[in-house]
Amino acid sequence: MAEGIRDKVAVIGMGCTKFGERWDASPEDLVTEAFEEALADARVDRADIEAGWFGVFYDEQNVGKSAYPLSQYLRLPNIPMTRVENLCATGTEALRGAVYAVAAGACDIAVAVGCEKLKDTGFAGLPERTKGTFEDLYQPNFTPPGAFAQLAAAYTAKHRLDMGDLKRAMAHVSWKSHENGAVNPKAHLRRKISIDQALNAPMVAYPLGVLDCCGVSDGAACAIVARPEIARQMGCDRFVAVKALQLAPSNGIEMGHRSWDGAHTLTTRKAVARAYAEAGISNPLADISLTEVHDCFSITELVLMEDLGLSREGGAVADILDGRYDAAGDIPCQIDGGLKCFGHPIGASGLRMTYEIYQQLLGRAGERQLQSPKFGLAHNLGGIPNRNIAAVSIFGLSG
Amino acid sequence: MAAIGILGYGAYIPRRRMSRDAIYHAVGWAQPSLRTLASGRRAFAAWDEDAITMGVEAARRALRDLQISPDALCLASTTAPFLDRQNAGVIAAALDLSERIRTFDMAGSQRAAVSALIAACNSATETTIIAAAEKRPVKAASVLEMASADAGAAVVVGCGEPIAEFLGSASVRADFVDHYRTAQSGADYAYEERWVREAGVLPLTSKAIGAVLADTGVGVKAISTLIAPMANFRLARSIAIAAGLSPGAVQDVLTENCGVAGAAHPLLMLSAALDKARAGDLLLLIGFGQGCDAALLRVTAKIAPERALVARMLEGGATETNYLKFLAASGRLDIEWGMRAERDNRTAQTVAFNKSRDIYGFVGGLCTQCQTPQFPKSRRCVNPECAALDKQEDYRFADRNGVIKTFTEDHLAFTREPPLVYGNISFDGGGNVFMEMADFASGEARIGGAVEMRFRIKDVDETRGFHRYFWKAAPAAGGAGG
Repeated sequence: MAEGIRDKVAVIGMGCTKFGERWDASPEDLVTEAFEEALADARVDRADIEAGWFGVFYDEQNVGKSAYPLSQYLRLPNIPMTRVENLCATGTEALRGAVYAVAAGACDIAVAVGCEKLKDTGFAGLPERTKGTFEDLYQPNFTPPGAFAQLAAAYTAKHRLDMGDLKRAMAHVSWKSHENGAVNPKAHLRRKISIDQALNAPMVAYPLGVLDCCGVSDGAACAIVARPEIARQMGCDRFVAVKALQLAPSNGIEMGHRSWDGAHTLTTRKAVARAYAEAGISNPLADISLTEVHDCFSITELVLMEDLGLSREGGAVADILDGRYDAAGDIPCQIDGGLKCFGHPIGASGLRMTYEIYQQLLGRAGERQLQSPKFGLAHNLGGIPNRNIAAVSIFGLSG
Repeated sequence: MAAIGILGYGAYIPRRRMSRDAIYHAVGWAQPSLRTLASGRRAFAAWDEDAITMGVEAARRALRDLQISPDALCLASTTAPFLDRQNAGVIAAALDLSERIRTFDMAGSQRAAVSALIAACNSATETTIIAAAEKRPVKAASVLEMASADAGAAVVVGCGEPIAEFLGSASVRADFVDHYRTAQSGADYAYEERWVREAGVLPLTSKAIGAVLADTGVGVKAISTLIAPMANFRLARSIAIAAGLSPGAVQDVLTENCGVAGAAHPLLMLSAALDKARAGDLLLLIGFGQGCDAALLRVTAKIAPERALVARMLEGGATETNYLKFLAASGRLDIEWGMRAERDNRTAQTVAFNKSRDIYGFVGGLCTQCQTPQFPKSRRCVNPECAALDKQEDYRFADRNGVIKTFTEDHLAFTREPPLVYGNISFDGGGNVFMEMADFASGEARIGGAVEMRFRIKDVDETRGFHRYFWKAAPAAGGAGG
């Protein structure tokens, strides 16, 4: 059995832009904004960075292919750089590259940057994209809300729930994230909403209304990671350490086998089981202090609470309505506003989640600071429930 | 004893029916005379239906209960979507018929299907399936807009134990231009009805009927049913009277709930007649268009009792009263569809050809190791307990029903008939496919609802004037579907 990644890598600096409709900012501006914040935070010299990973999803919408744009923006001395893409798990994928390189001893300090410029499409929602020459011939012309809405229909059928009851829990999810986003200056959507507004919002894809959907944003985020020895040499006794980094892509079961019930994300369950094992967590309810999950839609967050083992099967509706995942609850979810309100510039999202957990663990989260968090869990879901990439990372303080 | 004739038949009338009264209310300001036609409903194709898809549906119904692998397949239509790409070949691919089948298109006249039927009967060493379908282009506020229908029908013709034996036929040629349509004219250009009746329909049909009766030695009074695919019942009745047939023998022209489906109408009316026929009945089938074909058929004891295939479709359907939706379905109303409609739907023909059986035939794989059906067919089995390599044999999903496992009604996705309905279909016997749905009214889809497969247009490539097909899940028969 492999040792895993626990405590082998320190996060020594992080940066994150304000997310939103950054009409006047170029990808270069966003990357620079995130990187300079991380560099100042890490207190290392630019020249000490030895390798970089660049997460970009929609290359046709953004900066084109390859890691060349990152190298150009940062003007680093021709260090190795790699562009990565794994749908909405792209940001976490960039982090994984940097963390693995440091853990392997290939370099001492590495940087991961994620950037997305989604607001250049000219319409609301995500850009249209091809699914490949074969799949375009038969895959439905789904949109993300339509694909994720399927979870809700299947969830009501599985648990014999009335759609109205499920919608109330989904509305609570959105309401809670707007409450959290309202006090986060970097969040895209900062207006509070009422439960009634969420329930009565215009329908996008049954049963998801527009307030069940996350923000589509421009933004960038950055992490600088290093060997723990380097963090200690810099005088940090307590630093944020990577406890687990796990990835689980679909292998076709959800799309093509009847065993999947359509009401959960199979890959999340696989990834989180490995992540808890890697981090040495046997009782997540006791050890996980906060989560940043892939709340692209309210229903996604709801089923994820079960997939992550935080709510029992069929129990998420009650737990959500009881406030367990609210800011004042036992395990706050999306304390920074989440994809819902912080926003979702795809390539940056996994790093944005890491950024919030990093701030919380270091006690720097200001108005939204939680009391003595132990472990923070970040979860990405790239793709759609039928076929996706689940990424789970867990962070905690060293020592 | 083996005989030549019709071995099977099938018909397809689209679910959507436009209220003629609603048409009149929309266009009556321009053409008040249409008021006389403003009753009943006319069938119209959805945006994703055309002569190919309706031909597929009619043909698979005709073949459904027959243990027959046809030698030839013909599509008879004046509105086949491709001018130079064989349309019948697409139908054969959708039916997953043998590679050795001879396929051909018949076109150019409203009697194309009857001519094809006669030709097939005259060379009945082969079994031929003749699919006829029409999606008629019509101008707003025209008589044809009221009277026409989009529909399909099919017959299987060959030597064996027919349900209706072919006794003989006669044809009359005449370049009688009661109407025409060219690429330039777009829709039909039709001449005055009285001239058409007096100088064309009555003399030409009388000649053909007289000839076939003389050739076969059958007395005019022996005819049980006259199948005359005319624009209205009055005209069909005039033919019977002019030819000396009993007026009681005239078959309904399906005006009330369908309309006239062009080149498909003779076979559609024939299907309706066979539904009600009894052994020994003599059916006289007319094809009219620049001349006339007349074919005489005798119903045999092989005809199944208790059929109402066409009647059920006529009574069913969903009535539409929104004239603009009716226009949009046929592409006559180009509204603002939004930027999502700009998606490039270019087809990689290399891939489409290699995957033709997957896509058109809806053929997936059945793992011979664990018996798991799966789509698409893949090198390794999808069953996580199995994952066997290269153990899959062909497995056709098109003729299997399923149930809805998940679904949504998506108002964001682009479709010419919003919302786009799609979801996971769990197939009877195994297999799960995430796919688009068709013919579901808003609010009609539900988890566990039964579906059947329909061959439909999947995507339209506006830039290159191409479109491609795949299968969609529609409400299973027994629902309101046509």
